[in-house]
Amino acid sequence: MSDSVLTEPPAEVDRQRRRFVWRRRAGRVGVYVLAVLAAVVAAGPFLWSAVTALKLNSDLYTATNNPFFFNKPATLDHVLFLFQDTPFPTFVVNTLWVGVLVVAITLLFGLPAAYALARLDRPWAGPAGIALFFVYLVPPTLLFLSLTRVVVWLGLQDSTWSLVLIYPTITIPVCTWLLIGFCKGLPKDVEEQAMVDGYSRLGAFARVVVPLLFPGIVAVVVFAFTLTASEFIYALAFISPSAEKTVSTGVPTELIRGDVFFWQSLQASNIVVAMPIALLFTLLLGRFVAGFTMGAVKG
Amino acid sequence: MTQATTATRPPATPATGRRRLADREGPLASLFLLPAVVYVVALVGVPFVLAIGFAFSDVTAGDPSYDWAGLDAYRRVFDDPVFWQALRNTLVFTGVSMVLIVVFGKVLANILIADFRGKWLVRFLVLLPWTTPVALSTVSWLWLLDSIFSPIDWLLRQVGLLEGNMYWLGRPSLATASVIAVHVWRLVPLAAVIIMAGLIAIPRDIDEAARVDGAGFWRRMFEVTIPLTMPLIAVAALFGAIFTFTDMAVVYVLTRGGPTNSTQVLASWAFVRGIEGGDVAQGAAIALFLFPLLLAAAVLILRAVRRMQVM
Repeated sequence: MSDSVLTEPPAEVDRQRRRFVWRRRAGRVGVYVLAVLAAVVAAGPFLWSAVTALKLNSDLYTATNNPFFFNKPATLDHVLFLFQDTPFPTFVVNTLWVGVLVVAITLLFGLPAAYALARLDRPWAGPAGIALFFVYLVPPTLLFLSLTRVVVWLGLQDSTWSLVLIYPTITIPVCTWLLIGFCKGLPKDVEEQAMVDGYSRLGAFARVVVPLLFPGIVAVVVFAFTLTASEFIYALAFISPSAEKTVSTGVPTELIRGDVFFWQSLQASNIVVAMPIALLFTLLLGRFVAGFTMGAVKG
Repeated sequence: MTQATTATRPPATPATGRRRLADREGPLASLFLLPAVVYVVALVGVPFVLAIGFAFSDVTAGDPSYDWAGLDAYRRVFDDPVFWQALRNTLVFTGVSMVLIVVFGKVLANILIADFRGKWLVRFLVLLPWTTPVALSTVSWLWLLDSIFSPIDWLLRQVGLLEGNMYWLGRPSLATASVIAVHVWRLVPLAAVIIMAGLIAIPRDIDEAARVDGAGFWRRMFEVTIPLTMPLIAVAALFGAIFTFTDMAVVYVLTRGGPTNSTQVLASWAFVRGIEGGDVAQGAAIALFLFPLLLAAAVLILRAVRRMQVM
């Protein structure tokens, strides 16, 4: 850049510099405006939820009140109601319980599979990895009817165990793909050195590779847990008693009774669930991107 | 590689059977992969075949014994005008959402990679629609589009554009727009993250070279960045399409398919028939209509990924 500028007359340089500075400033303003706009559109419904959750009934159900502000004092009553007088705590416990087990199963099956596909130099590794990834694209809406029959045959209907069994079919494929990416990101020398030092291939995997994959495993845990918590159709089809429901199905089916909507409590539950998950995702975003793209790179 | 590692191992090592298996890469690779493959085949492959089987049967929730019924279920499906409505809705929702998701996703990706103060907060807020369980965020929208207390109506009333209410979810055209809006809103962040991955991967010097040659922002975007990230833009588009195409949570929570089935989609209609109505055969037959389009999407993604590897 500097070379081409130097050969031009000073007036031209000055003009170009001013234009450059102006453009840069316009660009900065543009970025801020767009960023704020995007944030408002994306988070708007949640901000609206947060305000709603803390409103008194008399404030909320007056159509002429400004819906974005507290026209009467804020109250925690409906948040407390959510935790004390609705089955919401049960839904949270069920979601966490199913999530933890599904994540454990996913890692147990996914870690070795990912290592085999990323590192063990089989000619079928590439196609097998892609095939596994495509299983992720087979949607629950295509399978829920037959899986409902399977769950009934196994005697697991109306129990969270049915979700523990079925959810890994969603998480194993996509998480294995992520883990393949993270495995490829590790330098090969590390395991080779471990094997020179006397570990077997298996030993190198268990004692050297898995600990080094820790940051990737954290990302996979969060991803798998989120997929589990978000799933809707299986949970809706398999389970009807409210004591066994998860957050995803419990909130929209149990906290809405016919025409009675516990609006403030509903919105509170949304915020309680949404915030921690989004926070974790924001922190780990870089790792997800790295994992997914590395998975597609030839090892 | 296999030969190399085994050859360099000192021959003095006591070679027990277990030890040898732990070092032989071929069997080890199969052994590592097998559990995952068995799990997925048993609980995805088998149910898929079962779904096809159910579509040609007379299975109901009340009478789950299997009897071959040929095309009976399909006849029941085709005779119902709601099915055609659902098929049309599914295609419209998917097509419109896909275009909007890609356009907004591309814009959002550019914002996400830009460097500015408060970047983390913006990222956090922008990711919310994607990371929140869809059934819950749709509950937010349900309240946002409430027939009496919608704040959008309130704003329109304040500006003087509206008297009374819009009844967003009560009129077929507005309900359709609402469902599409929710899909676009929840999937744009995902598309943005995918496209962002492509933007990050573009080597810096290509962009700089274009700058030196005097290419402005728009020229660089349309002649350098977009062609280079095309495979990932395609992947983002297809993901957007697949997740809209196969979703039933948004419709189920927001409109229950109404008003009068005007927002019913294949997935929700399969649920209504198969689970709520107990006609498993018919539900399975409806759900199978999702498959051809999914297959096409999968093939297209595969081709996009291939192109990425060539780069």
